[in-house]
Amino acid sequence: MAERQQKQKPAPQRTEDVETEEVAPSSERGEKLKAELDDLLDEIDEVLDANAEEFVRSYVQKGGQ
Amino acid sequence: MAIRKVIGVETEYGILLSGTPDANPIAASSMLINAYVSAFQRRVGWDFDDEHPGVDARGWLPDDALPPEVETHLVNAVLTNGARYYVDHAHPEISTPECIDALEIVRFDRAAELIVRRSMERAAATLAPGAELVAYKNNSDGKGNSYGCHENYLVDRAVPFGRLAAQITPHFVTRQIYCGAGKVGCELAGVGVTEVPFQVSQRADFFEEEVGLETTLKRPIVNTRDEPHADQSKYRRLHVIVGDANLSEVATYLKVGTTAIVLSMIEDGLAPDDLVLAKPVQAIKEVSWDPSLERLVILRDGRRMSAIDLQWQLYESAAKWAQERGLASVGEEVGADVLRRWEAVLSGLESDPLGLADQLDWVAKYRLVQGMRDRHSMAPGDARLRAIDLQYHDMRPHRSLFARVGMETLVAPDEVEAAVSEPPRTTRAYFRGRCLAKWPDDIVAANWDSMVFDIGRDPLRRVPMMEPLRGTAELVGRLIDECTTAAELLDRLGS
Repeated sequence: MAERQQKQKPAPQRTEDVETEEVAPSSERGEKLKAELDDLLDEIDEVLDANAEEFVRSYVQKGGQ
Repeated sequence: MAIRKVIGVETEYGILLSGTPDANPIAASSMLINAYVSAFQRRVGWDFDDEHPGVDARGWLPDDALPPEVETHLVNAVLTNGARYYVDHAHPEISTPECIDALEIVRFDRAAELIVRRSMERAAATLAPGAELVAYKNNSDGKGNSYGCHENYLVDRAVPFGRLAAQITPHFVTRQIYCGAGKVGCELAGVGVTEVPFQVSQRADFFEEEVGLETTLKRPIVNTRDEPHADQSKYRRLHVIVGDANLSEVATYLKVGTTAIVLSMIEDGLAPDDLVLAKPVQAIKEVSWDPSLERLVILRDGRRMSAIDLQWQLYESAAKWAQERGLASVGEEVGADVLRRWEAVLSGLESDPLGLADQLDWVAKYRLVQGMRDRHSMAPGDARLRAIDLQYHDMRPHRSLFARVGMETLVAPDEVEAAVSEPPRTTRAYFRGRCLAKWPDDIVAANWDSMVFDIGRDPLRRVPMMEPLRGTAELVGRLIDECTTAAELLDRLGS
């Protein structure tokens, strides 16, 4: 429990972390994910429905709960 | 003292039947489920005797509210793992059996996906050449039509519903920052894709009320359906309609795990009561529409707070609650692990959100959408971005984008496989599932809180199961093992 106390969040820093949306990942794990992104996008390009427009248009559902 | 949080999750899948002229979603859903039931188990139907979805937890029914319909004429099966598989509102829906903690929910939610996938494979054999039947685990078609993924939690009836609704609302508005499934564009009339190119949640656009009975229109953040499926003098079943269907196991685990903890805190009178939002219906959309997670929501006391900070407050109260009261209501081990992950995911969202692309659905989808947009210089309204969104949820392994993003898992494949046919051992679902597997010919119908046997003598015999924590492997496992016939079982149960 002492550990949890130590790890409590820092005070909010709303002014510093703007542009999170476009900022490149900073951690080591983030870097690795970024490096893998190109391979992943190659794969997505291959598997993505060839006729995206028709697929999106035909995807119509009845409203449910 | 908080009671044990028995939990279930019901998911309506999107369905697409292509390559045939008369594609109708109800027929397609029936085809999907029948293909599974006829291939893998004897058909036992659902017993509707105890269904009262129109009863309101507030004790009254507003004049303009429509109680939900119960569609008794459509396919509706009970599976040997204790789940219910049926057609609801033109969608195939599968409800997990009652589970005792968040990890068990993850296992049975995954098993439900396997069941749907096998249904698709089986159905394929019966379709005309060129036709295809595909299920999608999402909550919206991008055209304003939504379908749900509902959670259910057993709560102590002694807790006043008004306090329950007030204290759970801030959690329901903000938990989407880790359990949202992500969506390209916006479905609220008048809000375009340039204003909201990507949002955190599938469902947020569809919530119009703070509290109410409806589930298909004017959807409320807190749903008041009062249908405990258990002893109604002791229990309430909180029916939660505000969440997204998750493919990420971590997201499902956190969605259910944190909610079970917050509900336990409410029961113990230790939930924060100073986090009341000024406008929850507006706030749930503001949080969803801002993937940078910087937007501040306004509290009734005038403070402004980000969704992450509000979640930190809930987390800190939860950690304190756990220290004082223990985690028996949510499972000691799972509860402690949920707290650890809750803290880690909030830290991650603050410092390096994209680093969570292998844990959270919306972050994984956001990364794909941004990556493809940049690679091909796509405009915000490009159909390919919408296609990525939809195809993320495709249940065909060779088409699923989710299957390609390298998501962390919490349960092993063999544990999931077991959950396709075997019930949880720690709730009444065990009794339901074992009896169905052993004596399918002697069971006429089943539902959450009873089973009806026909053993060829006397009238039909109903076995009530009003206590969700009875009928477990520990309590009835040996009895079921020892009985050769259902008649013997009923005699020994003394019913």
